[in-house]
Amino acid sequence: MTPAGAGQASGASLAELADILLLRSGVNAANVLLGATLLGCAAGLVGAFALLRKRSLMTDALAHATLPGICAAFLIADSVGLAAKSLPILLAGAAATGVLGVLAVQLIVGRTRVREDAAIGIVLSVFFGAGVVLLSAIPRLTPTPSGGLNSFIYGQAAALQRGEVVLIGAIGAGVLGATALLLKPLALVSFNDAFAQSLGWPVRWIDLALMALVVLVTIAGLQSVGLIMIVALLIIPPAAARFWTDRLWRMLLASAVIGGLSGYAGATLSAAAPNKPAGAVIVLTAGALFGASMLLAPRRGVAAEGLRRLALHLRVAGDHMLEALHDAAPDHPRGLPLAALARARGLSALHARPVLAVLRARALVSRSGGLFVLTARGRAEGARVSRNHRLWAEYLVTHAEVARTHVDWSADQVEHVLSEELVAALEQSIHSRGGTRLPGATP
Amino acid sequence: MSGGAQAFLMLDLMPLSAAVLAALGCGLLGNFLVLRRQSLLGDAISHSVLPGIVVAFLVTGSRSPAVMLPGAAGAGLLSVLLTDLVRRIGRVEPGAAMGVVFSLFFAAGVYLMQQAARNVDLDADCVLYGQLETLFWTRPSGAGLLSAATLASVPRQVTTLVIVAACAVGFIALLYKELRLTSFDPDLATSLGFRAGWVGAMLLALVAAATVASFEAVGSILVVAMLICPAATARLLTDRMDRQLVLSGLIAGATAAAGYFAGTRLPGALGLPGAVNAAGAIAVVAGLAFALAAVASPSHGIVARALRRQALSRRIAVEDLLGALYRRAEAGPGAAPLAARLLRAAPLARRLGLVAGAPAQTPSLTEKGETAARAIVRRHRLWEAYLVERAGMLPDHVHEPAEALEHVLDAESPGLGLDPLPVVDPQGKRIPGDGGAPPGQARSKPS
Repeated sequence: MTPAGAGQASGASLAELADILLLRSGVNAANVLLGATLLGCAAGLVGAFALLRKRSLMTDALAHATLPGICAAFLIADSVGLAAKSLPILLAGAAATGVLGVLAVQLIVGRTRVREDAAIGIVLSVFFGAGVVLLSAIPRLTPTPSGGLNSFIYGQAAALQRGEVVLIGAIGAGVLGATALLLKPLALVSFNDAFAQSLGWPVRWIDLALMALVVLVTIAGLQSVGLIMIVALLIIPPAAARFWTDRLWRMLLASAVIGGLSGYAGATLSAAAPNKPAGAVIVLTAGALFGASMLLAPRRGVAAEGLRRLALHLRVAGDHMLEALHDAAPDHPRGLPLAALARARGLSALHARPVLAVLRARALVSRSGGLFVLTARGRAEGARVSRNHRLWAEYLVTHAEVARTHVDWSADQVEHVLSEELVAALEQSIHSRGGTRLPGATP
Repeated sequence: MSGGAQAFLMLDLMPLSAAVLAALGCGLLGNFLVLRRQSLLGDAISHSVLPGIVVAFLVTGSRSPAVMLPGAAGAGLLSVLLTDLVRRIGRVEPGAAMGVVFSLFFAAGVYLMQQAARNVDLDADCVLYGQLETLFWTRPSGAGLLSAATLASVPRQVTTLVIVAACAVGFIALLYKELRLTSFDPDLATSLGFRAGWVGAMLLALVAAATVASFEAVGSILVVAMLICPAATARLLTDRMDRQLVLSGLIAGATAAAGYFAGTRLPGALGLPGAVNAAGAIAVVAGLAFALAAVASPSHGIVARALRRQALSRRIAVEDLLGALYRRAEAGPGAAPLAARLLRAAPLARRLGLVAGAPAQTPSLTEKGETAARAIVRRHRLWEAYLVERAGMLPDHVHEPAEALEHVLDAESPGLGLDPLPVVDPQGKRIPGDGGAPPGQARSKPS
């Protein structure tokens, strides 16, 4: 494709894109969008429970296991004279062997010493192998054209069509309804299955119901997304949602929203450019949302996590600097140079510079003539840190029976996180035992 | 040379060799993946190579393997690194992290392939199913079997697989001790000074290499099957690592050959036209071999375990009956009748010559049964004594545990510290003596 051609194509599609996004381009496109969105929502919701139950890769075995069912259903329907490519028939076959695959995994794990990962791999490859054998045999067994069965593996090559979407949407809506009904037991089992068992919930059956929902989502997505990538719709939205929250309900909601958004945006994009594979576009959209969540989510995202760590690190290193300045104050009333400070805390000068800059910005340290000296606030703060250090060291020696030579390092770690109540209690305890005098102790 | 043999050499020898070699390399390496619970790594890598192939093609415009294989290997390695990143930095559960990354890679591959397909036919199918059937061999006529011309005419895929299989065998032979130790107990291995991380990384690299080298000839479906099925099958047959390795190699080779012939010959033998996909057929045969081992393995099979469990429960039932009869005789006349549960073992005990009497009556102990019953009751009461004296349990809480222990564990081992052995149990009942000694009189009274 030439760059000019590419520019033209995207230029033409922008207006179309807006039309499709706003459901203005006709009933057909609106239906497609609705179907893809419902599928995404359902997959996100069900997948969230699968993720929490650590069944994510089980869905992979299940999805691969649908292939022989599709082929067998095609052959059987063809031999009894039904329309062999009728979607409901093929999906019924897919569901049958999908369930069989799940049962096979559970049988292998329950009855042999083979562990779950290997059991999943065995079922996945053997069932898929059987499907491949059937697929290669079909053209020789029947003259009925079987082209298009491939799309169950790789997903739809082009934009979704309306007829296919009605079934997808119906299954998606059904799954959403069933999940809503089962919300409480599913949540309980995902959170603490032993507790659920002790309350008398039939955990085994709830798990089976979850797998049944996964089967439904899988067969709903088979035609559009394909059996290899449907796993993506079940795994990626909940994994992305997990970054945003620690609360179950919010995670379920976020997962459903991310799934729905992927379906919606993916279907839109592929409708704007009809030769883009719809399934792959939906999955890639979900992947983009996952990447954004992983990086940017405020709770558990990588950026937020990094900032929090940086802040903590600066505070800890700053406390150490204050402590060093405070302890050195009697001998060096005019302050210390950067190099000496860095050496006192084992930091490089490069490392110490930003730490001191933060302290100066907080007006705890001032600089005069290349020497750093504590301000009045800094002196109070330094005394506090130094006192915490010695209190904790004292506590370790007197209460935890740690040797006096071993307490310094531990106290360095803990001194920053002592609460005021704890400090008061420590002071009380050490005073009552006639302990050493500590700096800045309030009478 | 007959026409049949000629046809075999030309049509079948190379595909067969490719299948067996790929199976051997993957099958041997798979042992360690299965042990490390990383079975699905091969699956993830083999899905992830797709975008690498397409990108390599799009960038260079060439379909030569010199371009495709590095592209595939790069994508596979990248997916492994990304999975690790998502797992560690994103703190996503390992299985889910793997699922996220490989499905995204596959989607990218499908998308790119769709874009590339307008220019040239690039077949996604061959990534999944391989192209075993296309490996013809035209042997130069007149050349010796090991001559340079003959060797040069071997298809490149087969040569690659020979190298990969040799690497796998060499790697395992050289690092067997390290691999075994780090797979079973990475912490111990690290504390002993082995570089568990390095061994793991090397294994990973070799699995990636085997995956990439194999998928071209046999398809990723067969790679995944061969990484897991032979190892899992061998694991059901033996408890020893060295035997498992040898067995898995044999199983891998045998299933590959059997699957190849099943795929190419069976349909014809059944009167159906043509052949079916050989890679798929091999995967199915590997699955059947696993199923056979799962059901019928003499040590870990479902049937053998069920039989062992049944034998154990029968022995326990007979021993319970003998114990009850002994206690009843001890209690003297007027003792309560035996529970129906206990009497269910009577026919078996009668067959074994341990009890006598008409089927309708309460059985009575034979001489042989008396000896056995005395041993059972002795073990039971010794265990009760142990649980009270040494384990500090209350006398009225020890019957149930002793009831379970008496069938499986000897109470007289010196390790238990019952010395001298007591002569009465915590309830004050006499502990029958062993062998012919008059019960409870051969030893001194306990304190």
